[in-house]
Amino acid sequence: MSPAPLLQLRRLVKNYGGVRALRGVDFDLHAGEVHALLGENGAGKSTLIKVVTGAHAPNEGTITIAGEPVSGLTPTSARALGIACIYQQPALFPDLTVAENIGLRLETASATRRVDWKARRERAATLLARIGAAISPDAEVRALSMPEQQLVEIACALGAGARIVIMDEPTASLTQKEQHLLFAVVRELSKSGVGVIYISHRLEEIFDLADRVTVLRDGESVGTHPVGAMNEASLIRLMVGREVAQIYPPSESAAGEVVLALRAVGCAASGVRDVTLEVRAGEILGLAGLVGAGRTELARVLFGLTPADAGDIMLNGRSIALRSPQDAVAHGIAYVPEDRRRHGVVLEMPIAHNMTMAIHRRLFIGAWLRFGAERSLALEFIRDLAVKCAGPDAPGGSLSGGNQQKVSLARWLATKPKLLILDEPTQGVDVGAKSEIHKIVRRLAKEGLGVILISSDLPEVIGMSDRIGVMGGGTLRAILPAKSDPHAVMAAALGTTEKGAA
Amino acid sequence: MKRYFRELSVVAALGAVLLGLAIFAPAFFQPQPLLSLVTREAPTLVVACGMALVIICRQIDISVGSMFSVCSVCAGLLAARGWPLALVLPAAAALGAILGAVNGILVAGLRLPSIVVTLATMVTLRQGLNLVRQGEFVNLPDSVQWFGLSQSAGQWALVVAALALLIALGVAMRHLAIGRFVYAVGTDAEAARLAGIRPQLVTFLVFVFIGVLTGLAAMMNIAQSPQVQPLSGMGLELKVIAAVVVGGVAISGGRGNLWGAFAGLLLLACVAPALTHLHIEAYWEKAIQGAIILLAVVADGVRSRKGGGNT
Repeated sequence: MSPAPLLQLRRLVKNYGGVRALRGVDFDLHAGEVHALLGENGAGKSTLIKVVTGAHAPNEGTITIAGEPVSGLTPTSARALGIACIYQQPALFPDLTVAENIGLRLETASATRRVDWKARRERAATLLARIGAAISPDAEVRALSMPEQQLVEIACALGAGARIVIMDEPTASLTQKEQHLLFAVVRELSKSGVGVIYISHRLEEIFDLADRVTVLRDGESVGTHPVGAMNEASLIRLMVGREVAQIYPPSESAAGEVVLALRAVGCAASGVRDVTLEVRAGEILGLAGLVGAGRTELARVLFGLTPADAGDIMLNGRSIALRSPQDAVAHGIAYVPEDRRRHGVVLEMPIAHNMTMAIHRRLFIGAWLRFGAERSLALEFIRDLAVKCAGPDAPGGSLSGGNQQKVSLARWLATKPKLLILDEPTQGVDVGAKSEIHKIVRRLAKEGLGVILISSDLPEVIGMSDRIGVMGGGTLRAILPAKSDPHAVMAAALGTTEKGAA
Repeated sequence: MKRYFRELSVVAALGAVLLGLAIFAPAFFQPQPLLSLVTREAPTLVVACGMALVIICRQIDISVGSMFSVCSVCAGLLAARGWPLALVLPAAAALGAILGAVNGILVAGLRLPSIVVTLATMVTLRQGLNLVRQGEFVNLPDSVQWFGLSQSAGQWALVVAALALLIALGVAMRHLAIGRFVYAVGTDAEAARLAGIRPQLVTFLVFVFIGVLTGLAAMMNIAQSPQVQPLSGMGLELKVIAAVVVGGVAISGGRGNLWGAFAGLLLLACVAPALTHLHIEAYWEKAIQGAIILLAVVADGVRSRKGGGNT
């Protein structure tokens, strides 16, 4: 390989508050190389990209580009140095033409400059031709398919003289045919001397495309290897290979009646297809999978947000229709959404109001709010779940992440549900609150609730679940028993085995 | 206390203005002119209550002025045909409900931005009314003016009715589930949806409701004069939006209450008579009202920046 790598990262550290997202990562990218970056959710891939593209500054470590050390990288200076990132969702202006979009990126902006339309079109045509894309420069971006938009992004990157192209899960929403088109372009890029950092969860793509692979785990690089020297099993071992250090509360409940039974449930709009599973009272069914596997989408189907258009949903043995959240609430299904900061807890509203938001029909007897009842209910949950707050009148935004999660949980426990769906309940929650939430969830199951626990935290989903459903590509890939081997879960999530041992 | 700081500051400003008037222009407090002033503002208060709900729900309705005119003229025509008041009043409210429902369907059903929808209905209704009526006044039978009561009894009736409505709505917003829904939807519609509330339905109902209130307000207005002017609602939307915003209802939704809107309305309504009594030229009225609105908006802006939107 050439003497000076295109990109060299040494001992890169990035902290977000108390969370160490990168703990001293080394990484090299050579010219003409496709270098795959692999890791579980939260392993540090996104953070690494953000540092390299200048979006976030590292706390420690050095970045060297083509032998030149750089510091104080910003998005603008990164672009000037030839670093380009192609995201899953292209960031183009849908109402402008391809040529206009490329022009906006590449032409030096001066508000009063006259636009040379001819040159703009010609440049766009040349760039598109270079990557072999059959896209008209005059096409409106809105009319292009997702991969075509990605190709436009790549054309922009090339036009800007990019030497380092980062692709973040570019194939996540592509069909097989579109993938091949994209792969051809990636190979073309690397042949012309561009270094490509390729991030994907799909192992077969990595074997197909990459020269070397670096695996990240918990913010650390666990090794860089030539792809030829690896196989699926060895990659999975690198990705997972960690001790389950945390202690999880033991399962104490015997699973009872079937609460929820799904038969071949699908929803074309959200990509969920052919899901068959059962959840029993007193049981925690974990849902593992990688980002985009369809777990949240399934939860949204079960909560009536994107109603199912195929299959049967049975609750306590009766077939039910879930067309809206109101239906779901009426049937005793509760959904604690992921991303509580945005939609779980209303930050401006007092804690008490937040907790009673889903039970107005019960609390407002004759539609008349009894403040006393609301207050005592809120106090009860605050005590029961040990919410650390100034009182029921304090706004939701005044709480820490873990306590907000408890408020969100309380809102749904107040509905006295039969089935509780938890979507990433401990994401962004500190360790102490995390184990408290684990204990609460375990206790709820013991009290006879059916729980579906969606989590990207592999030790958590393995440690907490009575059974582990593994999803991928919008469907259930396997159901594994409690305390399964993390490798088996990861293998099922990646789709390398058909069915795990049941 | 801290939670209602914004409302209390408006009340304090109002108190200061009234105190100033008591010292420098005690004539302001003569009962009969004061009652007339309050009566004139009674219909505005009713519409302002509706506007407060709409804005708390993170929407806006600028068609209220045109709706007001249309309801006034239609109610006047019905009364002129000899319909008894007991029928004209519900008819005006029903017409308002229908007009509000049109806005509601477009905003909540088709998810169009309310400012554009109500701008369109504002212009359409106003021009439609001009076209049909050619600016003609409607002469009312005597039974309509002051509801057939004596002037002072009629004035009192209007003021009491408007205040009763304000109190009923203010309590309802606090004690009825739908009131809480309006706040929830205005703060975070997606969170409300995830909590099993139907944001689109709530939004629709709020638009219908402001229509009903506007219809009632139109009745309260035509009862004050022997004729219906077809342009009686011109500029009403700005007046009520200003009152609501001055009263501490956040234009970004989810925050504020009817009591604040009431105080805001009184504060703005005091400006013109105060100038008269203090012998200041009336040209200053709009400038001072504008300054009050600007002050309120700036105060909200500073506040939300400091609080990070959390408090």
